Amino acid sequence: MIFLFYFLSAIMIICALAVVFSKNPINNVIYLIVCFLAMAGHYILLNAQFLAVVHIIVYTGAIMVLFLFVIMLLNLNKAIILRKSTVTRVSAVITGGIFFLVLLAATRQTFEIHARYPFASDFGLVSGIGKVLFSEFLLPFEMSSILFISAMVGALMFGKKDV
Amino acid sequence: MKEISSAIQLIPLENYIVLSIALFSIGMMGVLFRRNTIAILMCLELMFNSVNLLLTAFSAYHSDPSGQVFVFFIMIVAAAEVAVGLSIVVMMKRNVDSVDINLLNRLKW
Repeated sequence: MIFLFYFLSAIMIICALAVVFSKNPINNVIYLIVCFLAMAGHYILLNAQFLAVVHIIVYTGAIMVLFLFVIMLLNLNKAIILRKSTVTRVSAVITGGIFFLVLLAATRQTFEIHARYPFASDFGLVSGIGKVLFSEFLLPFEMSSILFISAMVGALMFGKKDV
Repeated sequence: MKEISSAIQLIPLENYIVLSIALFSIGMMGVLFRRNTIAILMCLELMFNSVNLLLTAFSAYHSDPSGQVFVFFIMIVAAAEVAVGLSIVVMMKRNVDSVDINLLNRLKW
């Protein structure tokens, strides 16, 4: 089981680095899709089955396809995008590495956490999440519908040619 | 199902913490590194996903479904944000005729 964890996280980190360092925008999207599929595998490993399926449907199936549509609509693979200056890129890599080390040092005290509560066997299934979603989190659930309508109106307004 | 639940106890939690920190710093490095606006949005999605993974891991270790519901809401907000962000990119391409983010510097001093 731990081998599966290391295998999935190796795929995820390699694909994340490929997203950052690749030049073609369509290659970016494909690497990110593989990264998301590995993350869905991690969710299944944590017994969060509802989240794994919603992750594949919403993130991989809708959001990444939207990215691909926009890239093809703007015809970006023919454009030549210049890269940032070398100083900026080197300092970006150094900043990322230092940030990683700082966060790792900050969370080193928490490395003695063990599982304290007994696991419920129906945890992470649709029924358990649905019960919590509709009883305790009902107000955010209804507010998200208003969020979606406003996002749709905003996106349509940006897409009009004669604003 | 019980075998999967008991197998979680084999994977220590710090593995998930380190993995999530690594993904977050790679995403942050990508936002600073890239010049294409769509690639910056994609690295932002990477940062969202690292936070989702950490929330789900903690929620599984404490048997608290609130973490997974919160991940669900983060996915909702990320979907809406991607829709609006990509329409901004389309408008940018229409006005400046490029998705280079260094061309949007009118608010700089």
